[in-house]
Parts: sequence; C-alpha cells; structure tokens
Amino acid sequence: MNTLLFDLPSLVAGSIMVAMTFYALLGGADFGSGVWDLLASGPRARQQRELIAHAIGPIWEANHVWLIAAIVILFTGFPLAFAEISTALFIPLMLMLVGIVARGSAFVFRAYGSQTDSVRQVYGTVFAIASVVTPIFLGIIVGSISSGRIVVVDGAVRTDFFDAWLGAFPFAMGALTLCLFALLAAVYLAIEADSAHDEALREDFRRRALIAAIVTGGVAWISLFFIRQDAPVLYAGFVERPWTLATVGLSMVLGVGTIAALLKRRFYVARLTVVLQVICVMWTWAFAQYPYLVLPNLTIQQAAGPEITLQIAVVALVAGGLILFPSLFLLYRVFKGRKVFALIDAPAGNQTGARGA
Amino acid sequence: MTDALAARLLMGLSLAFHIVFAAAGIAMPLFMVIAEWRYRRTGETVWLSLAKAWSKGAAVLFAVGAVGGTVLSFELGLLWPGFMQFSGSIIGVPFSLEGFAFFTEAIFLGIYLYGWERVSPRLHLGAGVIVAVSGAVSGLLVLMVNGWQHAPAGFEVANGQAVNINPFAAMFNPAWPHIALHMSIAAYQTIAAAMMGIHGIMLLRDRSNLFHRKAFAFALTATLITGVLQPLAGDFSAKQVAQLQPAKLAAMEGQFKTEQGAPLRIGGIPNPNTQETPLAIEIPGLLSWLAFGDTGATVIGLEAFPRADWPPVLLVHLAFQIMVGSAFVMLGVAGLGAVLAWRRRRLPDSRWYLWLAALAAPFGLLALETGWVVTELGRQPWIIQDIMRTLDAVTPMTNLGVPLVSFALIYVALAVITVWVLTYQVLHSPRIAPGHAPAA
Repeated sequence: MNTLLFDLPSLVAGSIMVAMTFYALLGGADFGSGVWDLLASGPRARQQRELIAHAIGPIWEANHVWLIAAIVILFTGFPLAFAEISTALFIPLMLMLVGIVARGSAFVFRAYGSQTDSVRQVYGTVFAIASVVTPIFLGIIVGSISSGRIVVVDGAVRTDFFDAWLGAFPFAMGALTLCLFALLAAVYLAIEADSAHDEALREDFRRRALIAAIVTGGVAWISLFFIRQDAPVLYAGFVERPWTLATVGLSMVLGVGTIAALLKRRFYVARLTVVLQVICVMWTWAFAQYPYLVLPNLTIQQAAGPEITLQIAVVALVAGGLILFPSLFLLYRVFKGRKVFALIDAPAGNQTGARGA
Repeated sequence: MTDALAARLLMGLSLAFHIVFAAAGIAMPLFMVIAEWRYRRTGETVWLSLAKAWSKGAAVLFAVGAVGGTVLSFELGLLWPGFMQFSGSIIGVPFSLEGFAFFTEAIFLGIYLYGWERVSPRLHLGAGVIVAVSGAVSGLLVLMVNGWQHAPAGFEVANGQAVNINPFAAMFNPAWPHIALHMSIAAYQTIAAAMMGIHGIMLLRDRSNLFHRKAFAFALTATLITGVLQPLAGDFSAKQVAQLQPAKLAAMEGQFKTEQGAPLRIGGIPNPNTQETPLAIEIPGLLSWLAFGDTGATVIGLEAFPRADWPPVLLVHLAFQIMVGSAFVMLGVAGLGAVLAWRRRRLPDSRWYLWLAALAAPFGLLALETGWVVTELGRQPWIIQDIMRTLDAVTPMTNLGVPLVSFALIYVALAVITVWVLTYQVLHSPRIAPGHAPAA
C-alpha cells in the first residue's frame, strides 16, 4: 500500500487499467455515438446519423480491440481473478456480449449491405439500442467488482449469480458509464462537424454535449452517495487516501471546465478537459481500490500468476506497444486530419478539411 | 440436458461459427492484396475491381469475426473458469500476443478499406500486406494455444496447481506445428473453394464478364495449390497425432484393437459396444504405414485406454471420413480444371465444369467444420489432454440452456444476414467487358 505500482503484479494490473482507459476514451466514444444515433432528432437528424457513421467507420474496429487486450492481460496475469469475475458476473457479462455482437455486426451490415432505407433503418436501430445497453452492463460489471460482493472462500467464488451485481452502486456505475461515453462522443462529434465546416451540425452536438455534461455531473453526485452505503470497502479506500478526495474534486472542476469550454465554443479545450475528466475518474477509482483487484478480499498479489509469466507479459506489452502506438497514430492521422492530437484551438480557417467527403 | 453439455454445446457453437469468419479473416486479406499488387504491377483495372470487391467482403467477415472472437475470449472464463484459472498464466502469453496481432490487423484494415483515396498507393498496398500477415500471425498464435490443449507442456502439476511454469515451452508445445500448418492451409483452402464456387455461379449467369473470369481463374488456382498442400499437411498431422494422442488416432480410424499392420478404414460405422467397425473398406497395413511409415508397425487401439477416456468414437470417425472425402472432392475438381485449362489453353468455362465448381465449393466449409470436430472431439474427455477433464473445468452456473438458445438464435441470425449481405455484394459486382483495354 505504501509503494504504488512498483511491483510486477501492480505493473501488469496497471497495464489493464491503461487498456481500459483507452477503451473508454476511444471505444467508449463509439458507444456514445450510438447513443446520439438513437437520440438523433430535429431537422438534421439524418445528417447527425451520417456524421456519426462517417466518424467511426474507419476506426471503430480498432477501438474495440482495447477490451480484448484488457481481457487477455487479465487472464494471463491474474487467472484467478478472471475465473472469479467470470463466475460471479456471468449474467451481466453475457448480456454485455450480446450487446457487443449486436452493435458491431449491425454497424458493418449497415455500412456494407443492402442500401434500401428500411433495411438500413433496422440495422441502425439495433446498432443504436445496443450502443446504449452495452455500456450500462460494462458499468455494472465494473461497479460490481468494486462493491465488495464477490466473496472468495477457499479459492472459489461464492455466488448465487445475482447478488454480486444486483445493487444500487453497480447500477449507478452503469448509468455513469453511459453518461460519460455519451458526453465524450458529443464533444468529439462537435469537433468532427466543425472540421467539416457544418456549423448547424456542430451546434447540435454542442447542445447535446452540454446536456450530457450536466447530466453526467448529476449522476456522478448521486453515485458518490451510493459508494458509502453500497460499496463500503471502496469507500474505506477513499477515506484511507485523502488525496483521492482531491482527485474527485479535480474531476468535478474538469467537468465544470468542459461546460465552460463548450459555452465559449472552445471545442478542443472541451475535448482536453473531458478526456482528462474520464482519466481522472477512472484512475481515482483504481487507486481507491488498490491493492484489491476484486473487492472485498482478492488482492492483486493474491490473484497474480507466477513471476515468469508476468515478466514475459511485460516484455510482450512493451514490444506490442512499440508496434501498436505508431500504427494507431497512423490510423488517426489518416482519418482524423492534421489536428487529431491538437489540444488547443488552432487559428480558424486553417483546417485540413479531413471530413470533406 | 445437463449444464455441462449445454456449456460444451455453447462453446462448440461459438467456435463452429467463429472458425468460418476467422478463416476468412486470414485468407481474404491475402487474396485482396494479391489482386491489388497485380493491379499496381499490370495496370489492369479488373484487378483493382477485384481488390475492392474482395476487401468489402473481407470487411463484413472480419467485423463479424471480431465480435465472435470477443465473445469467445469471454466465454473461456464464463464457461470454463476452472480451465482458465489453471492455464491462464501458462498459455496467456500467446493470447496476449494475439491481441496485438489482431489490433494490428484491425488498424491496417481500417486504413485499407477507407484509405483508397487518402493514402499513397505504396502505403495502401503495404497496409494490405500488414493485414494479411497479421491475420495469419493472429491465427498462428491462437492455434499455439489450441496445440497446448492437445499436447500440454511447460509446467508441472503439484497439488492440483501448475508449478514450474515455462510459458515459452507451453507456447512451443509439440502439437503446435501440425495444428498450425493444417489449419492455416485449411483457412486459405476453404475460402479459395468458396470463391471458386461464387465466381463460378456468376460466370454461369454471364460467361463474358472479365471480372468473374479473372476471379474464377484466381480462385481455381488457389484451390488447386492448397488442395495439393493440404493432404501433405494432413499426413504430417496424422503422424504427429499417432505419437501425441494415440486415443484420438484410434477414434479417427475406428481402431479398437491394438494391432500390427493395422488397415486403413474407408467409411464404416464404429460401434463402441461391440468394439468393431463394420461396413468399412479396409486397406491392409496402410494405417500403420501412414501413421508410422511401416506397414507392419503397431497401432494402439482404444482397448488400451480406460473406457472413460475414450473420445466419442462414432462422431470422430465419421467427421474424419467426411473431412478427408471433402478434401479429395476439392482437389479432384480443381485438378480437373487445371487439366482442362492446360489442354484447351483457356479458362475452363463450359457450363458443366462451372456447375461442378459450384457444387465443390461447400466442401471447403464442410472440411473446415468436420476437421475441427475431429481435432476437438478427438481430445475429449480432456480439456487439457491427460491433465484436466472438460467436466472438471465447467462453470458452476446453472440454466446454461438459456445462453445456449440465445446465442444459437443470434448466430443463426448473423449467419443469415451475413450471407444476405455478401449475396448483395456479389450480385452488384462490376461488369467488365472482355475486350477491356488495360488502363494506361
């Protein structure tokens, strides 16, 4: 507890968190885009949906590999935790998988299949509904891992398959995950519309981002109350480390910053603050839970596989990262234009027109 | 139905579904990138049209394969927590590497599919090469894990726990070379045969369309090459299985008695109760020769193993017969096509031959599925050969019939829609006139 992340198991656990963070920031925004597809409305509903399909077309496939990466690192490094989580959370995991399957296949069928409107509409509806349902279950799963109900007795999980996840805190986490993803997507999409020089569409997504930011704030406040009552061990983790309260505060400040940036139409600033907000929330949660992998009684050390496997895993992760990150950079550079990694607003009128098509 | 059986059926169903898309994810990128390379070399736009058409098919199949693969990575833990808890740290390394290979494939497929107008020709072709290579590598890594189930290595067992783990020894287990070789060829062979059938049917509708003529010639050549290589890889597999999993070999061949100079049985219905395989054509000594290179060699029969350790003999033997038969159908039709092409000095496009090619096409899928049934059912009752029984690895979860039926319905729906989408693509493929001049 005194030394954070300096031992091998913690390093591997940290890499799972890194993968999950990328999944939230990239894959999460894809889910959020699906939410806005479902909620597309007003005179430009069709254009909103087209912008969404256009924005995520080339990249969604890669964005969703982060989840697979997190899972394989989990079962390589912490096979015991993978077995416990899979057993106790069988039902929400299965439901999440149904969502993932429905969403991914509906999206690609819509892109490459028959072009009649009625058929595309069916695919679109499946895509949009699955985009809403999947993040909720993802949040429920994460919330369950932290709520302290996955009890391991004699190396085996004790569960009736419902008590681990049917609770206020897991469901609050489900709602929060959905809201954060929708917020991320709305901000990204506002930038996409801006790059395409479509002001009306940009304003649509700015309004949606503002609503999402406010709702996310509200849901975050509500879930804070549930922590104490419904996830006492996690709560103790916060109390034990007073600085985590400071980072909770920081995430609130960032949330307010996002709203302010959106009000002033500083979209790149809004993207920076919303990304930092998601990182802040996720890593505060991770540190509050440390050194437990699954609350209340499975620590990272206990769940860790043998040292040799962890060593090889770390080498593999570094080597893989050396291939992965330049490739990802190329992907985003090709499809998201020169300003893809811009953190502040560049002078106007100097766009690359990446969305021109 | 017991929950354990439901778990096995769900896993089997997920894999039977995924294996088709995985094969396409390995083979289609190679075919599309060869087509693009031909275009860049010759300037013939028909190759460009083929590269684009095949890449669209690859996009659909890859995406459905990706979601199916995601399901499988979770199902390993959901259905077999005992297996994953025991073996996660032994065989997790190739799985992690596979994650990266798959990542690379997804990234560069995105660039390939959406980047025709956005990146330079050289980068585009390079992206295609990376997709084809990473697809093959990703398959190889998964097959290394699968090989470990058949010939576990790189650990010792003490008190039910794995100790002295050596992930590299596990990765390079004795079974990986034959499994990886046989299955990788099967991926290209299955897809090549399917393409031969699809483009053959389109030629029946319009024999003068250069698009389908080129595609048919390409697919026929690929079916012939893989058709020749596969029996050699299969022979290597049989010799390895004879050494590593004698019970599996015995089940494949319906060999109940341990005997010298064992015959090869073609057909036949093995009966575990009478321990005989009636109705088979027996070729004396051939099994001994195929398995050990000596017509007098001793082949171990199922009688050498406790009855509780027998694989389901009837299913394994029948699946094996169907797989081998399908391979010879594909080789025969492709070989005939080659002879016709050589004698006539032109594409074998007579109606009867196109019909034959169309009828041969499904045998690729049949061989793929039955071959996989031989491999995995032949390993039963073990989830890790001689180490852990499948029934000891299953989840304590009950009512597994519910996810089984749900996923069965989902997979049926996905299969139907995928076929529909691909049919739409094929029916809307370009019409290129025969005298079409190559682009300057």
